[in-house]
Amino acid sequence: MYSARLFVPLQAEKRKKMNVAVVKYNAGNIYSVIHALQRLGVNPILTDDPEQLQKADKVLFPGQGEASNAMRYLREHGLDKVITDLKNPILGICIGQQLMCRHSEEGDTDCLGIFDADVLRFQPQKHEDKVPHMGWNQLERPSSELFKGFSEGEFVYFVHSFYVPICAHTIATTDYIQPFSAALHKDNFYATQFHPEKSGSVGERIIKNFLEL
Amino acid sequence: MLAKRIIPCLDVKDGQTVKGTNFVNLRQAGDPVELGRAYSEQGADELVFLDITASHEGRKTFTDMVQRVAAEVSIPFTVGGGISELRDVEKMLSAGADKVSINSAAIRNPHLIDEIAYNFGSQVCVVAIDARLDENGWTCYLNGGRIPTERNLFDWAKEANQRGAGEILFTSMNHDGVKAGFANEALARLAEELSIPVIASGGAGCMEHFRDAFAIGHADAALAASVFHFGEIGIPELKEYLRAEKINVRL
Repeated sequence: MYSARLFVPLQAEKRKKMNVAVVKYNAGNIYSVIHALQRLGVNPILTDDPEQLQKADKVLFPGQGEASNAMRYLREHGLDKVITDLKNPILGICIGQQLMCRHSEEGDTDCLGIFDADVLRFQPQKHEDKVPHMGWNQLERPSSELFKGFSEGEFVYFVHSFYVPICAHTIATTDYIQPFSAALHKDNFYATQFHPEKSGSVGERIIKNFLEL
Repeated sequence: MLAKRIIPCLDVKDGQTVKGTNFVNLRQAGDPVELGRAYSEQGADELVFLDITASHEGRKTFTDMVQRVAAEVSIPFTVGGGISELRDVEKMLSAGADKVSINSAAIRNPHLIDEIAYNFGSQVCVVAIDARLDENGWTCYLNGGRIPTERNLFDWAKEANQRGAGEILFTSMNHDGVKAGFANEALARLAEELSIPVIASGGAGCMEHFRDAFAIGHADAALAASVFHFGEIGIPELKEYLRAEKINVRL
């Protein structure tokens, strides 16, 4: 108990000095990720500068928005190549995750191609299957350092109309209409379909785990 | 499985929370940011902050409060009250709100729903409807329930749905403040007729009322104010109860 108490401030102290970058682009709701990082004691920088993104300890690629507009912006600003070539840990969130895939049905968009998977639109099977999938749903089979200390069925917050089917990179699933990828991982690339920054204490643990990778 | 949501609603006037009974008799109930954070820690799934201030200065205070909530609270929140044009929506979203709720402005200018959905996405747009059951059926009201309209609840809700609303927040004026349960029959009909989530509001008095709003009214979420603010129902015990009643909630 006593050592655990000592451990917490040490981690917090470490986070304060951490160099965390958030990718600046034309997606909405980026500030909620910045606030979540600040609540953990991190002072992130919001940047589209390739060098700053490359030398950051950790990069976050959050956002809400429409895939084709977001991809057009990333290409026009050369960020597509910068993100794809990153060697440091990067966490894509929501549209960030979808953009890290190969292709999205939203606007028939070619995306970054980091994850070998395509993004599909939810097809409701019955009246109760409302799209967007919005609200708190459960993580099943979480298997990654991102979910260190997690048990089956913890709730996280989703808002999305498109999803990534289960694939070789899937590290957690969620069931809505059918089971889909709640999170992905490949090498230094991590991504969640849900919003850890809006998922209360569970989401905070995910961001903390990411920062401690 | 997608959880049914429990949403405390905080009415805010000049930076302080208040709650009216049947839309009048306001009582003080504390700092909205503190209260919001406390609800989040207790397991609230979302929060709604309604600005009931009329003055220009009060509006500025509300925007500051929205920024503080965004910085301090880690669950989604909706803001409403006094949002009448796209510029107001933009201001609230850039202050950090996840969703905006529009009420009278949507009835006066239904195109506002299309505009919000087009510019920011449907998930941002909550259309709030205050309606009263009278001899003509369910009639929609404006201005916090003061002005009756020609609109019928179900017709208007369907139109809002088609225009791109992301959710309908339905308050029954017959039930609000009475603490005798939600308007379950009307809720069930909305759930049947709409393709978007319905938030039940008005009438919560005990835990059974929440169960009924979900089990009988088929609501996706239930919103309440005074039962939470005055500690009559605690959110943890409410969720334990609902789980025991086979309603899927986030614990």
